[in-house]
Amino acid sequence: MEVKELQPILEAIIYAADDPVRPEQLKEILPAESFDKIETALQHLMQDFNSRSGGMIIREIAGGYRMTTRPEYHEHIHAYLRSKPGAKLSMPALETLAVIAYRQPVTLAEILAVRGKKSSTSLKTLLEKKLVSIAGRKQVVGRPILYATSREFLIHFGLKDLSELPTLEEFAEMAGGQL
Amino acid sequence: MESDRLPDPEEASSEAAGITLHLDGFEGPLDLLLHLIKREEIDIWDIPIARITEQYLEYLELMKDLNINVAGEWLVMAATLIYIKSRMLLPPDPSAAAQEETQEDPRTELVYQLLEHQKFKNAAQMLYTREEVENAVWNKPPKEVEEDSGEIVAATLFDLLRAFHAVVKRFEEQRTLEVDQEEISVEDAIASIRRLLLTRDSILFSSFFLGMSAKRHVIVTFLALLELVRLHEIWLYQKKNFDEIYISKARLSRAAQ
Repeated sequence: MEVKELQPILEAIIYAADDPVRPEQLKEILPAESFDKIETALQHLMQDFNSRSGGMIIREIAGGYRMTTRPEYHEHIHAYLRSKPGAKLSMPALETLAVIAYRQPVTLAEILAVRGKKSSTSLKTLLEKKLVSIAGRKQVVGRPILYATSREFLIHFGLKDLSELPTLEEFAEMAGGQL
Repeated sequence: MESDRLPDPEEASSEAAGITLHLDGFEGPLDLLLHLIKREEIDIWDIPIARITEQYLEYLELMKDLNINVAGEWLVMAATLIYIKSRMLLPPDPSAAAQEETQEDPRTELVYQLLEHQKFKNAAQMLYTREEVENAVWNKPPKEVEEDSGEIVAATLFDLLRAFHAVVKRFEEQRTLEVDQEEISVEDAIASIRRLLLTRDSILFSSFFLGMSAKRHVIVTFLALLELVRLHEIWLYQKKNFDEIYISKARLSRAAQ
């Protein structure tokens, strides 16, 4: 199949999917096509689709491709759906999540050391929302549980992968500048 | 880290009337210290520790007056500040100075802790912004579809017993020395299975018991699995008959089966 023929098929699948569609999943259902060709078609599709400047956009999230509305139209959508923005994470929960994201895998005691306060309530919220998962146990006395961010974390924050996060050093410059 | 100098009550209340209250923003002692440093426009590398300590203790007093439960970490920080303050008052030890070129500033460790904390606060701010953007986008809501479970078959009781027998047999072959250890209850085992399934879609039955060193633990975990099946929280399936058994969270449609 030509890349040009592949594109609309991929577009339809990405539209129909609940989760970001990963190239490996596409390879599985299109065994005749090479992995490279699927990836090329995905890149072309994303370029074509997004240069249209429509209300929808294809984005790379959590190692896959997902079709969403463009954020700039949220007010109109809310007006139509008669809805309001959903609940967001609290600042303490976001701070705990930031420590986990940059220090993973990390134990509760290590989070406490950075934040200077107990974080078990925040951690519980993050586990319940599945933004954080258990990544085994640290091989030290007491074998404390190690926490890491999940795939849901990438989806929730619209990240392609963890490397898309700014480095902690970039925040250090900000910190130095602010104080 | 003891200091016999307790906060002077008069000193603490001297300015209490003029204090502005931002307690909701101060989740922990580091947040309060950062706020004080910013408010006073202090150079973080040269914190006037006596002044900051005094202000910190004023807030602590205020929190007590307002009947806010002062958690232990606030007191630990108070002790740290007073300790640093007392060390700053001491003249440099001449004998120590001879040994080391530079004596470390007693404030250094706290400064690094504050900077580190500020970095993560900034990172949290970045996550906040990203979340706001993600809140402003919509995905297509999933359509109700019948799942094509392919060759997946529910495991029968006999499959389960066979698999469990294999686990126990493997366990006995290992002949590990059993030592007295914490007793684990079925409730505990249920809780840990639930935790595991928070993050994983399915787990191979045989690998589930790896790493367990006590036979009791294996049996209790098995009972916990049975209980969760009974509660329709999990289900056990095979990719084909007589194949390996997988444990996965029950989907709603399956729970009805």
